[in-house]
Amino acid sequence: MSEQTATAPAERINLLKVLGPVHVWALGVGIVLVGEYMGWNFSVGKGGAYGSLIACWFIGLLYTCVAMIDSEVTSTVAAAGGQYAQAKHIVGPLMAFNVGLYLVLAYTMLEAADALVVGDLLAIVAGQFGHPDLDPKPFVVLTIASLAWLNYRGVFMTLTVNFIITAVAFIALVVMFFWTQPWNPGAVLLHEKLLTDLPYGWIGVIAALQFGMWYYLGIEGTCQAAEEVRSAGRSIPLGTMSGMITLLIAATITWYMAAGLLPWEYLGQAGVPMYDAAQMTGSPTLMVLLFIGTIFSAIASANGCINDASRSWFSMGRDRYLPIWFAAVHPRYRTPYRAIIFLIPVAVAFGFTGLLDQVITFSILSGLLGYTFMSLNMMKFRKSWPLDSIKRGYVHPFHPLPALSLLILCGATYFATFLGYGASLLAIMGFYIIASVWFHFHRYKYVRRADQFTMPWPKPQGY
Amino acid sequence: MAQRYEPPKQSGVGQLVDSVLLMVFVFGSLMFSLFYENILGFLGMGADEADAAAAAGEVTWDSLGQNEVMQAQWEKLGYGVDEAAVLINDRFDYTIDPVALVVTAIVIIGYFVFLFRASDKEYREVLREKFDN
Repeated sequence: MSEQTATAPAERINLLKVLGPVHVWALGVGIVLVGEYMGWNFSVGKGGAYGSLIACWFIGLLYTCVAMIDSEVTSTVAAAGGQYAQAKHIVGPLMAFNVGLYLVLAYTMLEAADALVVGDLLAIVAGQFGHPDLDPKPFVVLTIASLAWLNYRGVFMTLTVNFIITAVAFIALVVMFFWTQPWNPGAVLLHEKLLTDLPYGWIGVIAALQFGMWYYLGIEGTCQAAEEVRSAGRSIPLGTMSGMITLLIAATITWYMAAGLLPWEYLGQAGVPMYDAAQMTGSPTLMVLLFIGTIFSAIASANGCINDASRSWFSMGRDRYLPIWFAAVHPRYRTPYRAIIFLIPVAVAFGFTGLLDQVITFSILSGLLGYTFMSLNMMKFRKSWPLDSIKRGYVHPFHPLPALSLLILCGATYFATFLGYGASLLAIMGFYIIASVWFHFHRYKYVRRADQFTMPWPKPQGY
Repeated sequence: MAQRYEPPKQSGVGQLVDSVLLMVFVFGSLMFSLFYENILGFLGMGADEADAAAAAGEVTWDSLGQNEVMQAQWEKLGYGVDEAAVLINDRFDYTIDPVALVVTAIVIIGYFVFLFRASDKEYREVLREKFDN
């Protein structure tokens, strides 16, 4: 490792500006779409099938607020690190450090869960073909290492691959939807006989909000591309909002198919519910298609997660919130290669802890803390720099309604997490409190003060 | 005019220690929640209830509240009535402990209050150096 002062700003190589709206869509939807193939169904376990559907709509509203807020702030603060860079300019360094950690941990843990899905699905299918002893662990490592290599080689190819495999995974869901003949109830889909009343009543609906986040978790990752898109003001809002529309469609048809094919008690605990749902149709073609869709969605998600987590880690290193050694850009591929490489063993270690429940909850809660920050950040942003005081790429309508709605929905989701995962919630909060104290009283001394504010804006009002 | 803050140099070993320490915090919190789940039984998943129901014997699809279509779907999935009973009886307990709820709320709100206050102090230093020079 070099000394902190060894990397002078003059030697800095910038990330390449090569991405368009399609890549932004691929990044956002690519990370999230795996949530339609697995994970969302745990909300059925917490609140029943109808509880999960209501959670899907309410959490959809939460993410619509996230997408609106993100589109405005990111199109104005166009820097790698997304919300991290926003926090640095609008709230302050400690908040930025925390937001950076939310992003890195949410994405790295989601990446570990994605790789586990790939390994587990291969093991299930191998079992169906007479090889029940297949060890999924090598496939977990292979998935993470291959995708890290792709990310190391360049962002354009990484996100182009993501666009293709995400599109295939989305099309697989749509094909299955038409295959199950939703216009002909009772032919394939058996909602009338499989749907039940709310098993836990309305408190179960609130509890379902926790895993309802999996329908959309990660769409805010579109911001991480802010420094690498050709036109942030156009690409980020277009890619994010079209991504959100895609996910709302995918979430609705996913719930409709799964709830019409599987008993809710099974669905609420299934590891690969959409593959199971395809099995219930009895169609081998559909099973192959959903196998491919599940694998592709998990790979696309892990790929996007590596991209986003490394950008956040890189940005924190560049600002000295973390060791500056991580701030290196590859001279040929123009990628944050040290951050990418460092996070490989971390993701593998998360995957191999055997604590998948905690890893997933850590990822969800890190996301939720980030959304809480976004609602407060939006209000401070408009107050510190009112409209017309700085140039914005996009201005979202109805302020402060989206920010206030987001804050209320975040409060409800904390309560949902408390119901059933109270210990995990406290343990994770404990981590962020300790990390904050560590940063404020130790790490911050290595940070150059004025360098934290790089946007060409006037001094914020009120200071 | 504000004086420009010059941060100290950090050695390579110091950088390594800081990176590792952060990871130790993360894995520590993951292990803590597992410890809490196993030892104190804080979480709501009723594994004991599931085991008890399965052990009670005389389990039928009717007693599990499953109609003919549900039964057929379970069987297509390869589950007999006893295996299905374990999943069906594995329920959450949403009894709210008011003390735990209040403590959790205080921790979350206190965390954000600390974040915003400490950040504001640091932010003013940043602005002073950036704009007053």
